[in-house]
Amino acid sequence: MSILVIAEHDNEEIKASTNNVVTAATNLEGDIHVLVAGSNCSGAKDQAAKISGVAKVLVADSPEYEHCLAENIADLIVAISADYSHILSPATTNGKNYMPRVSALLDVAQISDITAIESSDTFERPIYAGNCIATVQNSDTKKVITVRTTAFDAAQNDGSAEVVDLQESHNLGISEFIKEEIAESDRPELTSADVIISGGRGMQNGDNFKILESVADKLGAAIGASRAAVDSGFVPNDYQVGQTGKIVAPNLYIAVGISGAIQHLAGMKDSKVIVAINKDEDAPIFQVADYGLVADLFTAVPELDAKL
Amino acid sequence: MKILVPIKRVVDYNVKVRPKADESGVDLNNVKMAINPFCEIAVEEAVRLKEGGTATEIIAVTVGSSASQEQLRTALALGADRAILVETDIEVEPLAIAKLLKGVVEKESPDLVILGKQAIDGDNNQTSQMLAALTGYAQATFASELKIEGEKALVTREVDGGLQTISVNLPCIVSTDLRLNEPRYASLPNIMKAKQKPLDVIEAVSLGVDIEPRNKTLKVSPPPVREAGIIVETVDDLVDKLKNEAKVIT
Repeated sequence: MSILVIAEHDNEEIKASTNNVVTAATNLEGDIHVLVAGSNCSGAKDQAAKISGVAKVLVADSPEYEHCLAENIADLIVAISADYSHILSPATTNGKNYMPRVSALLDVAQISDITAIESSDTFERPIYAGNCIATVQNSDTKKVITVRTTAFDAAQNDGSAEVVDLQESHNLGISEFIKEEIAESDRPELTSADVIISGGRGMQNGDNFKILESVADKLGAAIGASRAAVDSGFVPNDYQVGQTGKIVAPNLYIAVGISGAIQHLAGMKDSKVIVAINKDEDAPIFQVADYGLVADLFTAVPELDAKL
Repeated sequence: MKILVPIKRVVDYNVKVRPKADESGVDLNNVKMAINPFCEIAVEEAVRLKEGGTATEIIAVTVGSSASQEQLRTALALGADRAILVETDIEVEPLAIAKLLKGVVEKESPDLVILGKQAIDGDNNQTSQMLAALTGYAQATFASELKIEGEKALVTREVDGGLQTISVNLPCIVSTDLRLNEPRYASLPNIMKAKQKPLDVIEAVSLGVDIEPRNKTLKVSPPPVREAGIIVETVDDLVDKLKNEAKVIT
């Protein structure tokens, strides 16, 4: 039996989260196939074929897959599922959307957000916002799994997989894409950035995030935020790092004016190096920070900016 | 329009949960239980649709032990009209819950099902999508805005890069994200009134679906502990440490 990885992409490019899932799949036995379902997605297809460790790329290039509507993608995955022992996707908002639908159609449980693979049927996953790690053994014949991408390194891009075009059309016609408001940015994406600088309630307002931008430019960093900053309307929700936002694990995470609520820590505590800048020396963020600086962020951040 | 709101009884979000000492499970002795926060948002959204004249009846439903009646009463106090407990003492997984809810959907024929995107205990984020699959309905997950327009629902979804708006045919399944609304508090008179509202109990076995668990929890362990590092005195110290000790900037 082979392993099917569902690619995360925007039709033009493969997202790094796909490479993380391919690495996870190498812990299982069997050839790794990658499904690229999209519309005018030859760019994504070519990149998928280069991911190291991938034996075959399956391409479903058709208008009904353009916006990754769960109903259509799930039907497509189910239609080609027979040969696979494991079906994996990244635990992105897309993967979280269509994968449980796939599971239910196949009448199997889903194992969500795995962080380690112990064997072909046993996996580790965080529960209770990461306060506990459960080791679960699944008894279904087919495993449907979403993968926490920060738990696995990204596979390299020096492969050359066979590419197969699928003639699969699945359009349930019960849902329709209307529009998308995706933030345009020259910065790296939060979930794949090497460096992240995040602001919290201490930033006081959205304008003050500008002082983080200058530091981010120098470090090639992505900008994140705590839920408090998002709830206060300082920045949009797609900046949010935490249990209910994005899970990140960069090499360097700089938390500015963030107290360190459990729900924020759940999203960033696997970062390699954590820096906290906060004027409250009792803030819980200092308990996880490698380097803490007790200072007013409005003097410390510009000073940091000047010294980089 | 009839709205079905499935909810879940979970450990209160303020409780810091720990594994049992023998790692056989999560230590839930004497912890405070509450309605799952995302489910509270689902109830609130249904109540607003009723207040706005779109919905006519709101039915709260849960799957669980008889103790879950407490959370159904909370939903009734927040504005649901009646409640259903699908009673079972088995620790049901999302797939089993979705199968049982499908049974309730068949009995009640709601036009809209609104539920939380994820329960804060298992963090699975599966039930709404699975219910959509089993009923054959469209799904609109992670909703931050919901509008009913004739036979369709227009839903804005929180996605990784920003927002996506989709239109789905009714009946449909909507799962709530945090910013959909800010739930109200139940007033004392409403809490009293909720005690008089109908709450039906049906046995899970009566729905005739397979709810045996597919996953076995082998152990529950604490996450790796991250040790606190050092406090640096100045920005210069910080830059020096990052360059020369951690070597994460150049």
